[in-house]
Amino acid sequence: MSRKIVLPGDLLATNPRAAGYGTYIEDGKVYSKILGLFDKSDTGVRVIPLKGKYSPSPGDMLVGIVREATSNGWAIDIHSHYQAFLPLSENPEFKPNRKINDVLDIGDAVITKVLSIDPRLKVTLTMRDKVCRPVRFGRIVAINPARVPRVIGKKGSMIKTLKSELGIQILVGQNGLIWLSGDSSRVSIAEGAIYKIEEEAHTEGLTDRIIEYIKKEKEK
Amino acid sequence: MSDEMNDEMQLIVDGKRLDGRKFDELREVKIETGVLKRADGSCYLEMGNNKMIAAVYGPREAFPRHMQDPSRAIIRYRYSMAPFSVDERKRPGPDRRSVEISKVSREAFELVVMKELYPRSGIDIFVEVLQADAGTRAACINAASVALVDAGIAMKGIVTSVAIAKVNGEIVLDPFKEEDNYGEADMPFAFVIRDGEIKSIGLLQMDGKLSYDEIRKGLEMAKKGAMEIYRLQREAIIRKYSLEEVE
Repeated sequence: MSRKIVLPGDLLATNPRAAGYGTYIEDGKVYSKILGLFDKSDTGVRVIPLKGKYSPSPGDMLVGIVREATSNGWAIDIHSHYQAFLPLSENPEFKPNRKINDVLDIGDAVITKVLSIDPRLKVTLTMRDKVCRPVRFGRIVAINPARVPRVIGKKGSMIKTLKSELGIQILVGQNGLIWLSGDSSRVSIAEGAIYKIEEEAHTEGLTDRIIEYIKKEKEK
Repeated sequence: MSDEMNDEMQLIVDGKRLDGRKFDELREVKIETGVLKRADGSCYLEMGNNKMIAAVYGPREAFPRHMQDPSRAIIRYRYSMAPFSVDERKRPGPDRRSVEISKVSREAFELVVMKELYPRSGIDIFVEVLQADAGTRAACINAASVALVDAGIAMKGIVTSVAIAKVNGEIVLDPFKEEDNYGEADMPFAFVIRDGEIKSIGLLQMDGKLSYDEIRKGLEMAKKGAMEIYRLQREAIIRKYSLEEVE
């Protein structure tokens, strides 16, 4: 299936109710506002972005890096155009008798979830989730956030392949940061595979080629 | 420029311009996107002997902090000419002229970029002229426009710019250096193009004198030229992305 590439300002539909992600409405017509692939379905039209920064939405799982520790929480860099904030009350590891810097210090990486976004796009994070935790080992790989769905694959197929082929832990943050942990040579293979996925994101038969790539790398 | 000099400078010979173009013909345009790895969006553009490179960074946190706007993004545009871009070495750094060009170009982009989607952030556009041959502000806007699309920034349309000039009493499209230096007038335009239609004018400047009819004629010419450039801008972007998108 081939999808058309659309540019900002391209007319997508004449029914304003069909407007989906990546579109805007003017004079009752739907136009694209970003560069992306045009996706038309029965319910509406949307544009799948090809490029661009991560824009947070509640419930997203992210990998972030602590940039600042303040008296009421931590400022976290989530590779977006906004700094996110993790309040003390949202980190269950924090107890009143512990020092803030001992719980999380500048430069620490964390797996965290977006709790809410206020209308001015201030992002509040939470650690109150089973998967959320600080990560003190492993490796973090950064990719273009528009490619994240490809790394995960259809219903998680790609990520399952990587995990089962290599036997390592992988956590994909929606913001394009990916945490890998396990045997270091295998992590290196996974890193290479992820970059390959990013590069060839929209080509056909990608999963098969990734399996082949991993097999070849393993033999080395 | 004195009138005597204009008479001496024969810019149109046998109904053709000095470089052999017709009156409403553009110079050769070459556009390439995604040329800079570290920038969020980039573009290299050649327009005749003009060569420029544009880089877009952002949306990112705007610094200094007091410049941030809690309701929308701020756009910064920097037009700059490399010291080696002209015959006589140009002193590097911003001067009166480039500060003005940066301002008017920025205002053209503020029309299309959907700033309210990126509150408190900044979008930085840098355009560097590597080789100048008249009409650099127009070419820079074209390059920056492609770089913005390449950066994945939300926009209502695309900005396309082109200049016209009056030489030896004739209105011509996209003047080159001699026509610009010895011509009677020149007028750069920037159009906002949405879905293949010109929606509005984002920039209009004039140097010299033109009559009503000449402006009207020039505007029509510029519109035609802009549509041609718009087509090339589109092509350049689609060419880059279709290489990787064969789904």
